[in-house]
Amino acid sequence: MKLPIFLDNHSTTPMDPRVLETMLPYFVEKFGNAASRNHAFGWAAEEAVESARKQIAKLIKADPKEIIFTSGATESDNLAIKGVLEMYKEKGDHIITSSTEHRAVLDTVKSLEGKGKATATYLPVDKFGMVSPEDVRNAITEKTILISNMLANNEIGTINPVKEIGKIAKEKGILFHCDATQGVGKIPVDVQEMGIDLMSFSAHKIYGPKGVGALYVRKKNPRVRIASQMDGGGHERGMRSGTLPVPLIVGFGKACELCELEMAKDATRLIAMRDRLEASIMKVLEESYLNGHPINRLPGNLNISFAYVEGESLLMGMKDIALSSGSACTSATLEPSYVLRALGVGTELAHSSIRFGLGRFNTDDEIDYTIKKVIEIVTKLREMSPLYEMAKEGVDLKSVQWAAH
Amino acid sequence: MAYSDKVVDHFNNPRNMGSFKKDEDGVGTGMVGAPECGDVMKLQIKVQNDTIVDAKFKTFGCGSAIASSSLATEWLKGKTIEEAQKIKNTDIVQELNLPPVKIHCSVLAEDAIKAALADYQKKSDGALTDVK
Repeated sequence: MKLPIFLDNHSTTPMDPRVLETMLPYFVEKFGNAASRNHAFGWAAEEAVESARKQIAKLIKADPKEIIFTSGATESDNLAIKGVLEMYKEKGDHIITSSTEHRAVLDTVKSLEGKGKATATYLPVDKFGMVSPEDVRNAITEKTILISNMLANNEIGTINPVKEIGKIAKEKGILFHCDATQGVGKIPVDVQEMGIDLMSFSAHKIYGPKGVGALYVRKKNPRVRIASQMDGGGHERGMRSGTLPVPLIVGFGKACELCELEMAKDATRLIAMRDRLEASIMKVLEESYLNGHPINRLPGNLNISFAYVEGESLLMGMKDIALSSGSACTSATLEPSYVLRALGVGTELAHSSIRFGLGRFNTDDEIDYTIKKVIEIVTKLREMSPLYEMAKEGVDLKSVQWAAH
Repeated sequence: MAYSDKVVDHFNNPRNMGSFKKDEDGVGTGMVGAPECGDVMKLQIKVQNDTIVDAKFKTFGCGSAIASSSLATEWLKGKTIEEAQKIKNTDIVQELNLPPVKIHCSVLAEDAIKAALADYQKKSDGALTDVK
């Protein structure tokens, strides 16, 4: 086993060597511009791009023509939301989204609101982080033109009832955008069955290269149109100009193909490792709380709050394991995770949270090591914690008058 | 964020971690911060003849908060009450090489020192009154 261990697979993933292998010829030998229509270099590049487009479309049960390449999921989210708002502004300006969306969605919506181009409803989530389809239905007004909900949450892994939301959107004739960045390649996605009209996802979360993503844009029932956000050569059916990054796209295609072939096997293995990690930690460490949905959760996700210890110090104590925390100290804003706060997790427990993100290349040995380390460091830091001491003495921490600063 | 070697050292080998009994003679206790803010420091001093003979801390917080309080206990030992009053958060920032986002940890440590000293003084004033 090699240290450090990478257990932060929600932030990014290592590239699968099989992906790299397929990409390599497209840097030096087959370097053509896919938009060059009149020579062999261009044809080779175009062929590679179209073959990748097919692999990607197949994974999400779409038509290859419905895949628009972008630089990543953030751009896809921006393009989908801004593109729809601009294209359909005569019909209305209201967006329904939820409070636990990724910032690429939330900040895009807020920016449109700020400019007076949109009005928005931010739906609450339940204690597991799930959006209620009924809430979506009730938030619809005659001005609503877009519903944007994520498939799976990046912090807590909770999987939303996307199919039900899609059904409501269809029934009301409203477009449905889904940020599926964390879900695609990890759980089955079917844009037809889920009633999705626009969907964002990216390659680097599924063992592909960084710098490429896609926006699925439905072509029929209904034919979705979006206003492009970048002017130029009119690539990607005019929706996203810019020379296609052929090697990245080839890698993205291969990554999708591998996910399709190995998803079931990967998921079974990840769930077994994740459940073992969860059970072994929770058994030993009292007052550890699971954040997120106990069942409807991404296979590799585990988010736990360890009462009385602060998240950043936990990470610091486990320097040879790459993890992430919802603690304020790890963020630029000094506010703890807004996702955990939206679930109703207390601020102090939000500060105490750790996100484990397991991926394709993690091993049982690494999980054993992590279990041991987590128990060790939480125990050590609790010994050091005045809160733990007070709790042990029977002091009700909620009754204490703290001098907030 | 990269931590300075000194922060890492204090975090891995905290000095004077623990507690005195609050009602013990000569003990002053300062507790500052709040769980919602992500840091709470408890700092205790034990005073004999106006000199701090021992100090202990317990901290809930990030590595820099733990290091700041650990360092504070090291500095307090052997100082007179008057000398202890002069410890400034900027001294801690400098010693631990804290980045700007972690300055509040040093402020908290200074507050904890002040609170422990005040508690000791309140208790000893009370004791004197009792004798009278």
